[in-house]
Amino acid sequence: MSRSASGLKAWLVQRVTAVYLAGFLTYLVLHLVLSPPADHAQWSAWVARPWVSLGLLLCIPFLLAHAWVGTRDVLMDYVKPLWARLGALILVGIGLLASGLWALKAVFTVGLR
Amino acid sequence: MSGTRMNPKRPVFLELWRIKLPAMGLASILHRVSGVLMVLSIPIFAHLFQRSLEGPEGFASAAAAMTSWPMRLLLLVLAWSLLHHLFAGVRFLALDLGLGLERETARRSAQLVIGAALVVLILGVVL
Repeated sequence: MSRSASGLKAWLVQRVTAVYLAGFLTYLVLHLVLSPPADHAQWSAWVARPWVSLGLLLCIPFLLAHAWVGTRDVLMDYVKPLWARLGALILVGIGLLASGLWALKAVFTVGLR
Repeated sequence: MSGTRMNPKRPVFLELWRIKLPAMGLASILHRVSGVLMVLSIPIFAHLFQRSLEGPEGFASAAAAMTSWPMRLLLLVLAWSLLHHLFAGVRFLALDLGLGLERETARRSAQLVIGAALVVLILGVVL
């Protein structure tokens, strides 16, 4: 993974995902702050809207990719011993993948049925 | 692996209380700090998101978790993180496009980014 996500490609991934996340997360946070869902029915109906579902399905892998490249850059700068760096990267990778699967499962349980 | 070819005796200046970071450096390191804070919080929000969509009981427990005091403090920190990361990120994209590279402009935009995140955060909390 570090090889396929290295150098110019990682740089580009970071910027493309940044543009999408800046737009979608701003929309998501503003929605949650300005009209917080009152109950489960209202909340799941909002998530089940096709454009919101699609937005989330794109947001989840983009967020994980952005988080992965960013964490990798930070760890490569500050964690020098190879074992510690690899250990931290493995932990972050597992944490991000598990979180992503969790979130995807949640979107599929209410949306796109 | 890294640094093996560098002189191991090169001087290191890491007296943090004596380093005066320019605004550009501060905006940059805060971009990293805010990013790391948000990455660490991803599992918490993935879990809450999953629980809130599971069913009415899950929604109620996730909504209750969101209003607890430790969570409110975390949300405040993460709100700042998101704002700073967004504003500083837009600034970095502009710099990538070659906009605002002159030293004074870059200093001003860095100060603007750091200040804007705080101002919007305070406005959001007050309003």
